[in-house]
Amino acid sequence: MLTETNAPAKAGVSAAIAAAAKPDEQRPVKAGKRVVTGDITSKRMAWVVQIYAVRDNKDRAAFAELFAYFAPRVKSFLMKSGASPDLAEECAQEVMATLWNKAHQFDPTKASVSTWIFTIARNRKIDILRKQRRPEPEDLPWGPEPEPDQAEAIGLQQETEQLGQALATLPEAQRKLIERAYFGELSHSEIAAETGLPLGTIKSRIRLALDRLRHAMK
Amino acid sequence: MKNDMKQIKHHLTEPLLMGYAAGTLPEAFNVVVATHVSMCDDCRAALAEYEAVGGEVMLETDPVAIAEDALTATMAMIDAEKNTVTAAPKRKPSNIFPAPLQDYVSGDIDALKWRKVGGGVSQLVLKTSKDASVRLLRIPAGTAVPDHGHRGTELTLVLQGAFTDDDDRFGVGDVEVANEDLNHTPVAEVGVDCICLAATDAPLRFNSFLPRIAQRFVGI
Repeated sequence: MLTETNAPAKAGVSAAIAAAAKPDEQRPVKAGKRVVTGDITSKRMAWVVQIYAVRDNKDRAAFAELFAYFAPRVKSFLMKSGASPDLAEECAQEVMATLWNKAHQFDPTKASVSTWIFTIARNRKIDILRKQRRPEPEDLPWGPEPEPDQAEAIGLQQETEQLGQALATLPEAQRKLIERAYFGELSHSEIAAETGLPLGTIKSRIRLALDRLRHAMK
Repeated sequence: MKNDMKQIKHHLTEPLLMGYAAGTLPEAFNVVVATHVSMCDDCRAALAEYEAVGGEVMLETDPVAIAEDALTATMAMIDAEKNTVTAAPKRKPSNIFPAPLQDYVSGDIDALKWRKVGGGVSQLVLKTSKDASVRLLRIPAGTAVPDHGHRGTELTLVLQGAFTDDDDRFGVGDVEVANEDLNHTPVAEVGVDCICLAATDAPLRFNSFLPRIAQRFVGI
């Protein structure tokens, strides 16, 4: 969690994000093979930069990088959720096309790139696999915030990274249980209330952002 | 958006939030979750966290090979769709129904096609997938809903008024999550009619004979 003291002042987001993703300069960004150097959070910030490149410049090279990394994982998630390989392939492509079309909706202070892509894939799964209508929470008017705060964005990417690491280091049985819940192999009554994950940090961050929003709207 | 948001005391359970995040709940439950989250910042934040877990689960899966021409095909899809992105229609935050509910019921509460189910209670069943059901219940102020137990899970979200159940009070935005262990007799508070959104994945069973007969006819 970032504190008041180490949180840099609000800055132009493009410059700030670029600075945050700086370690990327050490590796050939456009090479097909990903050589990840620097700390892993910079990889997550690099994804943010790539989404901005898609949003601002319709950057096909940046999109190709996101595609190479995420499409095989989206497809895998959909297959584990019960889709045939063909359907999962088709849906994964649609999910990535949605990323292109909705890049302007991505907000790195509210979700990490992996989270955002997951929710698009999840929605597609409900539409296509489960063929249900998909009630969504009322949109919040995030109006008063002109530009996402870069410290908030970095903080959220870091916390999501930590969550991922915690998941990877859970005891096998426990991790499998969480995976099965997300693949739809468990009903809500079979899902354990205790996940063993260190939950709460991301929730607190989003909760604070909501409080600020409510305050700003008064 | 409700302005008594701060008073919400009864929240969604972790398994329900995780189920919504995973996209595995019956549609009827999703309606209740999305409606409660529209009214409750705590659960909105908690849901965001469970969606983050989902993202990490997705990253952890072993990637599978995608078609050789997948990127080309996707770019073609993008190029073809270029100008077809339309803004979602603005939903009006007018009445007691948060946006996700307005997609299922339109109009003022009094203009809805309520059906009497006995004891002064009226209901309106929403159209969802069949794996669970969700209905609006209108309970006249001061009225009790017959004592009933459950076979599955029952979610009851208050949209107007309040009810008490034993010692607990459920006001606007509060959600009661009841399972097999709970036999309860919710009583609507005096004042205004209590309007609830109630979802169940199994038929309710009433503990007294007469309501059980009635149950066959009203299909609760």
